[in-house]
Amino acid sequence: MNQNLIILPVILPFIGALIGLLAPKSPNTQTRIGIATFAATFAASIAILLKVNTAGHLTLLLGGWEAPFGISFVVDRLAGLMVAVSCLVGLAVAIFSKDDLESSLRSNWFYPLSLFLVGAVNGSFITGDLFNLYVWFEIMLISSFALMTVGNTKSQFEGGFKYVAINLIASAFFLAGLGLLYGKMGTLNMADIALKLSVSPAGPLVNSSSALLLVAFSVKAGLFPFFFWLPASYHTPPSAITALFGGLLTKVGVYAIMRNYTLIFTQEADFIRGTILALSLATMLVGVFGATSHFDMKRILCFHIISQIGYMTLGLALFTQLAIASAIFYTAHHIIVKTNLLLIAGIVQKKFGTNDLSKTGSLLKKAPWLAILFLIPCLSLGGIPPLSGFWAKYSLVKEALSLEYYLTAGLALIVGVMTLYSMTKIWSEVFWKKAPEEEKITFNKTTWNSYLPVGMFCLLTVFIGLNPQILFTYAEAAADQLLRPNQYIEAVLSTEYIDTIRKASFAANTLNISENDLP
Amino acid sequence: MELINAIIVGFAVATGVYCILRRSLLRFVIGIALISQSINLLVFTAGGLTKGDSPFIEYGKKTIEQPFADPLPQALVLTAIVIGFGLLVFTLALAQRAIASVGSDDIENFRNTD
Repeated sequence: MNQNLIILPVILPFIGALIGLLAPKSPNTQTRIGIATFAATFAASIAILLKVNTAGHLTLLLGGWEAPFGISFVVDRLAGLMVAVSCLVGLAVAIFSKDDLESSLRSNWFYPLSLFLVGAVNGSFITGDLFNLYVWFEIMLISSFALMTVGNTKSQFEGGFKYVAINLIASAFFLAGLGLLYGKMGTLNMADIALKLSVSPAGPLVNSSSALLLVAFSVKAGLFPFFFWLPASYHTPPSAITALFGGLLTKVGVYAIMRNYTLIFTQEADFIRGTILALSLATMLVGVFGATSHFDMKRILCFHIISQIGYMTLGLALFTQLAIASAIFYTAHHIIVKTNLLLIAGIVQKKFGTNDLSKTGSLLKKAPWLAILFLIPCLSLGGIPPLSGFWAKYSLVKEALSLEYYLTAGLALIVGVMTLYSMTKIWSEVFWKKAPEEEKITFNKTTWNSYLPVGMFCLLTVFIGLNPQILFTYAEAAADQLLRPNQYIEAVLSTEYIDTIRKASFAANTLNISENDLP
Repeated sequence: MELINAIIVGFAVATGVYCILRRSLLRFVIGIALISQSINLLVFTAGGLTKGDSPFIEYGKKTIEQPFADPLPQALVLTAIVIGFGLLVFTLALAQRAIASVGSDDIENFRNTD
């Protein structure tokens, strides 16, 4: 069954970006086009979210080519949630940058590039084909490269080059994994690979691809040995762009790991899960310690992305329904909270002209509302009840304890406390203490356009915190789908095709005939 | 043929890794270019090399004659080449700007944002 609705989150941003490229280069026109397109995309993604919640799976076979021959787009509950959250982040950043970004940046490509970026992120969430995923990754990369260097400063070129370099290497790993996988399975449709691997004895042969793809996705996600590009580059572009990156890009890597290692690479499950578990724990610890060593608001927040990524993959590594549901809950909560914190860092930067903690202060007196708005996501990130982060951490730690992973649970709690420590550092240095030379600082005014997305995210954080069961029930249903790959396969491939593959491999297995002997 | 390709891929990737590990930014770009090209060759080889005809059904026939070359790896490689070319051009431009703004080609001097 074709559901044309699900192409909208991909095609709408692209149309908006093309209109933006052709439209006159005035900051106001560009801003209007950008915000209008993001709003339309967000509306479409909410429609998809509501539909997928009842339907389970939505599939679209592009061009009418039956899977596995054409490219298929599949939205399950996880993808639906991720698309909705990413469109929300896009909309919030578009509104925020109206006053935060200089008008020269806004008239020059910022909106078209961010639209391409969000369109490609949505494409990676929705696609059901591995090579198509690679193409979406590349579109995402090239627009993020351009956004990363959009201000032409020295630090942006430096940080940008590091970002470009490591991502090109990760792409090479990804492509190598894809090529080997195609050589062995003869298909790149995810459902088709999963089906063929589930019935054929070729399982061990795809381990090389599995390892290559894990490295590629880990680089994108910022897992432990592969994360050094993130703190070196994310703090260099203007705040709105950092917020967009920090909210979305690493989570695409996490999503790709979740999708591929629940659907396709389930053969050597123990080894893969053990690896992901060890990487997650190291990521959590290194990320949180790295953050404490910095003394700049944006850099601290960027380093915290890494330690939070560890929690998400930890949920996947434990691999029970509740653990994966917590990971999904954590991902959604983290995107909202982290984008919010980085937007607030942008407001602080606007007020002082810097994010260096030794030069800031007195904001509690000068801007008490901003202090309250900061406190909500800050405490949520640290896991203080009743905010959204508490439920995310609580369910994850509870599941780790019930599976008797005591060390893991203990580390998760310690990392939570350390997170709170660096958050209190930001709180006391930016808001509480008296600013050095307070009389001389002119606090720049912040407009409503900057406060609007921040306030909206705060309301959402409090709402999730007070009603966690709404999101958690949804996340549990999504995790249930991830643990039943057959549902995904049946949603994409036709029943006759599945039967043919199963019968053919049954015949080959029972008669002990190798494939070469078959006619 | 597969063996020759495999050796070429291994040699080119090794050269690329050596270039990446040097301290010069331009050598780094050359290394990236070498690796991405050899990965394209890897995908092409892994997709299966068939000595045979192009995958077209001849006029008046209903089925394709065996053996035929699988066209999909070629399409994949073509896409990957185009993407890799675009990324390489961007990387070169970025490297030029980065070298100009830092004032050095030595990676040791690129430590200000860590």
